[in-house]
Amino acid sequence: MEAVTDHTISALVEDKPGVLARVSGLFRRRGFNISNLSVGHSEVPNLSRMTFVVQGDEFVVEQVTKQLYKLIDVVRVNDITGDAMVARELALVKVKAAADNRSEIMQLVAIFRANIVDVAADTVVIEVTGDEDKIDSLFRLLKPFGIKEVMRTGRIAMVRGPASTGGKPLTANVDDHNAPDVEAVP
Amino acid sequence: MREGIEVMFGLPGGAILPLYQVMPEYPQLKHILVRHEQNAAHAADGYARASGKVGVCIATSGPGATNLVTGLATAMMDSVPVIAITGQVPRGAIGKDAFQETDITGITLPITKHNYLVMHTADLASTIKEAFHIARTGRPGPVLIDIPRDVLTESADFVYPDTVTLKGYKPTMDGHGQQIKRAAKLIAGAKRPLILAGHGVIIANAFDELRGLAETAQVPVITTLLGISSFPEDHVLSMGMPGMHGMAYNNIAIDRSDLLIAVGMRFDDRVTGRLSTFAPHAQVIHIDVDPAEVGKSVHVTVPIVGDAKRVLHALVNEITPTTRLEWLQEIDELRQEHPSDRLRESDKLLPQYVLKEISDVTNGNAIVVTGVGQHQMWAAQAYTFREPNSFITSGGLGTMGFEVPAAMGAQVARPDKTVWSIAGDGGFQMTMSELATIVEHQLPVKFALINNGYLGLVRQLQDLFEGGKRVSVEYSHNPDFVALAEAFGIRAFRVTDKGQMRGAILEAMAHEGPALIDFRVEPEENVYPHVPAGEGVTEMLEGPSPETEGAWKR
Repeated sequence: MEAVTDHTISALVEDKPGVLARVSGLFRRRGFNISNLSVGHSEVPNLSRMTFVVQGDEFVVEQVTKQLYKLIDVVRVNDITGDAMVARELALVKVKAAADNRSEIMQLVAIFRANIVDVAADTVVIEVTGDEDKIDSLFRLLKPFGIKEVMRTGRIAMVRGPASTGGKPLTANVDDHNAPDVEAVP
Repeated sequence: MREGIEVMFGLPGGAILPLYQVMPEYPQLKHILVRHEQNAAHAADGYARASGKVGVCIATSGPGATNLVTGLATAMMDSVPVIAITGQVPRGAIGKDAFQETDITGITLPITKHNYLVMHTADLASTIKEAFHIARTGRPGPVLIDIPRDVLTESADFVYPDTVTLKGYKPTMDGHGQQIKRAAKLIAGAKRPLILAGHGVIIANAFDELRGLAETAQVPVITTLLGISSFPEDHVLSMGMPGMHGMAYNNIAIDRSDLLIAVGMRFDDRVTGRLSTFAPHAQVIHIDVDPAEVGKSVHVTVPIVGDAKRVLHALVNEITPTTRLEWLQEIDELRQEHPSDRLRESDKLLPQYVLKEISDVTNGNAIVVTGVGQHQMWAAQAYTFREPNSFITSGGLGTMGFEVPAAMGAQVARPDKTVWSIAGDGGFQMTMSELATIVEHQLPVKFALINNGYLGLVRQLQDLFEGGKRVSVEYSHNPDFVALAEAFGIRAFRVTDKGQMRGAILEAMAHEGPALIDFRVEPEENVYPHVPAGEGVTEMLEGPSPETEGAWKR
């Protein structure tokens, strides 16, 4: 059995009141660890797309997937960890910026292809997107200037190429449905 | 009504009142007014299990709704289709901490298969349709519908959809053909196969198919607690229960087995004991309608997701009849060496005798409803269940007090059958208020109170594993249960020794209405075998041997 790693799971869910509580409640009561979760509208009306990062081995991820499927409002679940994917996070960070170090901060912003979205007398707000590593390293470099506030969205991810991130519907037909089980269960 | 519902169990209050006020216009729908909402949920549960239909319970907002919680959790753990309808404060008052407001959809999120808060009157009909569909299909379970008072008083056109389409809910019913072939091949090659039959067999009505598989492939059938009565116990291939208080020979047979065919069961910890030492030599075929159960606890060689009836039917067609004399003989020897199905001799009124006697008198054809504890295990062990779907008990949640309201629900569902409620004196006192309801509706439930003045199974745990240090397990001043039952208007008897047993049971059965027998059983009797919690299932205490009292075999 493989070691504990981060898994990126994408789920298509009905856009109904309480769906987030159902999903987060499931993670809580079954003791699954998620390091982040983000939700937003999908391309289909009345369906939202959630991305979670789950820590665990194959067994845990299989259980997460199956338990998510048991929620009536969850339409599709896909572990896209092994797929080629684009994963991004958006962060906003408010940094102390006095006149004497403002240009240095602007250089960092340029290197990281981030943006300054607000300027005040002694602070700037920087917007940066990228994977977690990129955002972490920008924050490390900004730290000496004095970080006043940080806000991160959590990872959103999409499979590269023509394949759908949502994957096949669970029960498009019976064989499709049973087939993944056969693979997943050792 | 459109869902074929005839009976509802409930208790009104302010928020749900608009629903009650229109009930007289629908005389086809019978409403049974209970004494406590928890019992409405258990009664709906007992009704559903006994009838195979959906049970319905109704409560008002706030405390009415929270009182349903234990009943819904019980139904959830045991996969029982129950619909709970709760009143809610008017829409404008939601979230304002109004009188009798509670977030019941939030509270019941983890203990329902699904739940709804209906915010528009126009959505009511389609929501109810969806709720029944979800409750009864796939792996059944409870569904709660919370309706604000003003949604009930507004009017909308009644449009009842013919079908339900849910993007995220399409249970798989037919097993994968390739997997069924693989399973058949494993069965053909197995030397020591066993069937583990669970509640799923009963829910799917797969009695004939299970019997077909067992007989064709000559595989002994072990039934889990909730699987009891999925297979006739007077059948030569019937083995009884496994696990913590199961038959010792079953736990040893599982330990030796090279193939477990699990049908509609979920490898509960009470069955498996310590997982790392469970069935070390066995490959596993796991048939279950819920994919999340397959591979959850035990490594599975051949997973088959589907309805037990359909999968077993397909599987039997793939199997060629065979004989397994050696294995059956080995099991026979195990049964001789570990006779946990034999009752020991004693002059005292052992509780097991009561169950055995009821079994004999009813010829194993009654519906038996139990609570949770020693009496439940003795019922599971000593009663010989011959009739399909005749054992109703709270397995997963282990809800004491279930026996009274669930027996009421079962009797409503099956007026043609004798319903025996096997009760402990502990659980009985949690829900005995429903005796009044039982009398009101002239339900001829027979109660066997296994009265030992203890929370017996807890006392047993303290005696066996806590050095005999007894804490808070004795009821030293129990009421006079005969006088109590009579106060409710129930015919009651007391039995203090072996000789009176049969007469009292016959008399209770002959009485037209409800009856109760207060069996003053040997108070210190323990349930054996007993696998200590967390141990492997072969490390059981087997109890005194049938011939001698005293030392246990380990």
